Amino acid sequence: MSKNQTNKKDEIKEKAGTTLTSSKQKITALTGAHAVAEAMRQINPDVVAVFPITPQTEIMEQFAQYHADGIVDSEIIRTESEHSSMSCVVGASAAGARAMTATSSAGLAYMWEVVGIASGLRLPIVMPVVNRALSAPINIHCDHSDAMGCRDHGWIMLFCENAQEAYDATILAVKLAEHPEVMLPVMVCQDGFITSHAIQNIKVYDDKIVKNFVREYKPRKWLLNTDEPVTVGPLQLTDYYFESQKQRADAIFRAKEIYLEVGKEFSGITGKKHLLFESYMLDDAEAVVVVMSSTAGTTKAVIDKLRKEGRKVGLLKPILFRPFPYEEVSKALQGKKYIAVLDRSESYGANAPLYGEVKNAIYDLTNNKSENNKEMPKLKSYIFGLGGRDIFEDDIEKVFKDLINGNIEEKKVGYIGLRGEKVE
Amino acid sequence: MNLKQLANKPQRFAPGHRSCSGCGFPQIVRTVLASTDNPVVVANATGCLEVTSTIYPFTSWKVPYIHSAFENAAATITGVESAYKALQKKGKLPKDKKIKFVAFGGDGGTYDIGLQSLSGALERGHDFLYVLYDNEAYMNTNIQRSSSTPLGATTTTTPDGTIHHGKEEWKKDIMKIVEAHHIPYLAQASVHNLIDLSMKAEKAFNTEGPSFIVVLQPCTLGWKFPTDMTIDIAKLAVETKFWPLYEIENGKYKINYKPAKDVPVTEYLKTQGRFKHLFRPENKGILEQIQKTVNERWNDIVKKCEG
Repeated sequence: MSKNQTNKKDEIKEKAGTTLTSSKQKITALTGAHAVAEAMRQINPDVVAVFPITPQTEIMEQFAQYHADGIVDSEIIRTESEHSSMSCVVGASAAGARAMTATSSAGLAYMWEVVGIASGLRLPIVMPVVNRALSAPINIHCDHSDAMGCRDHGWIMLFCENAQEAYDATILAVKLAEHPEVMLPVMVCQDGFITSHAIQNIKVYDDKIVKNFVREYKPRKWLLNTDEPVTVGPLQLTDYYFESQKQRADAIFRAKEIYLEVGKEFSGITGKKHLLFESYMLDDAEAVVVVMSSTAGTTKAVIDKLRKEGRKVGLLKPILFRPFPYEEVSKALQGKKYIAVLDRSESYGANAPLYGEVKNAIYDLTNNKSENNKEMPKLKSYIFGLGGRDIFEDDIEKVFKDLINGNIEEKKVGYIGLRGEKVE
Repeated sequence: MNLKQLANKPQRFAPGHRSCSGCGFPQIVRTVLASTDNPVVVANATGCLEVTSTIYPFTSWKVPYIHSAFENAAATITGVESAYKALQKKGKLPKDKKIKFVAFGGDGGTYDIGLQSLSGALERGHDFLYVLYDNEAYMNTNIQRSSSTPLGATTTTTPDGTIHHGKEEWKKDIMKIVEAHHIPYLAQASVHNLIDLSMKAEKAFNTEGPSFIVVLQPCTLGWKFPTDMTIDIAKLAVETKFWPLYEIENGKYKINYKPAKDVPVTEYLKTQGRFKHLFRPENKGILEQIQKTVNERWNDIVKKCEG
């Protein structure tokens, strides 16, 4: 978290006064996975489907312990696969329950079919995803290829930098998903091991405050309301299918505004702003790195160092990846000289996912180029960290320096931390 | 329940659906849903039943219904059932509201692609009934072989040719697979005997925990017979012991119908175009193999009933 933000938070905290007295929140050391389990304890969902996969497992192990100790009264379904986990929560959510599951990597890939069904049926399921590389070769470490594999599946997607953000986003996601104008599932992503298994200090809000914030889920149409039978998941052919998809597309774009609304309300509890993306030293920056999740933290440390050297560098960290806030990103990047987009996944045979979105966003700048008399930014795509390959401050510093020195080949993808072509 | 009582039950599956003339599953669905007076929630696997009964904006289902995918009807209904338990526990649903949960799936969605989902749901012990309507091939996609297709039957992926003559494996024994989960009640039924089916469905609904019924459902298109022969053919399957009517209640076997005389299985096979090629002289061996297996399996069930 940035110093600016921390200061701001302290300000809001002071202003909010009674909302944030020490009895209303406690600081505690938790892993990212445990932090999400803690949010789930407070949400106390009606139904939770559980299936193990590294590195998500820690979330569900912790939640199962809460269940075993009677701290939550959720129904736990210990399924035989992630495909069934998602199928169970689809059934439970359609039945009228608040339902959650969590997964990683192959688990997300395996449930892929039903992931799309969840959003197609407009079910407000919340699913923490602990990002991990996809096979093959098999690898248990972090990258974003799992989540990116279903980025066009109609789920709202939030990418979290650290345990605190993952905890906050899990709570926020419940209210966002269930908003009557949204009614879409939400994926809350955090980096496998880097965030999920690292212990950090996080602020946990008072149970009652969280409960009061998420309230109870009141479904409009639900299967267990047997007096008003409803057919869920019918066959729609050439005559209706298209309209259903348009409705889903409209809803997810609408979700951007609702996210901000819900975020605003949530600020009263968290004392911080819940934004579409985080800007760090961005306003006057000439060279910008765009990166999501834990690597944004490393980037901030580099920025602090380079700023001391008088370099105008900054960060844009997307949080809401779906719906992608094109307009806002475009505005935030207006007038920048150099932009490097760092992706933790490939899109084989195409632009890397985040790079592609940023490139789309800044295309809007071409329209008002003449009026602002500004040149289009130079944009470069970097791939890093696949399969958990470490990225260091030095790596990001080199990216910034290459940008500043104009030492970039725009059309060529840069690979950070990759060994030479002849790897033995 | 007698036939008249059954016929007078409220119709929970409305006419106007688009299943084929001569299709058996509307009777199966109506009979099963009429066998409880409790409210019911249905989950349905992708297949003929689903596509013919839920063509938006119409539905034949007068009870709450969910279709999610091909292979996950069992998982889906257990999600619904868990929601029921959770909402009752949390006081969001009245405790005295007793809802029953049924999943309907075809043989493709049960023997094959949905087997894992079914196994998981049975093992977890949810309170639900799974009804498998078995028409012995993927009929909804134009009659491809499933692991339920019987030996010798032609399908579009096991056609009769100069070297191969229909399916070369016996059908999977789904009752044994389900039995291995030690669930309290499972039964085999046939669409020609609705009283027997209703009795079994009633038992299943009154069973706490998972229950399972597989119903033979002749398919006019896939099995290739005239549309007015569905019930006769289903009956012949039982009379020839190709499809014994039996149940396993708390581990105890019971044959529900013993044919009075031995009818050769060829009487059943010859009614259907899918077995036509078996009656050529060079395929005599396949017919003998089918009769042998039918006898063995019947004797096996008889033995289990004896103890």
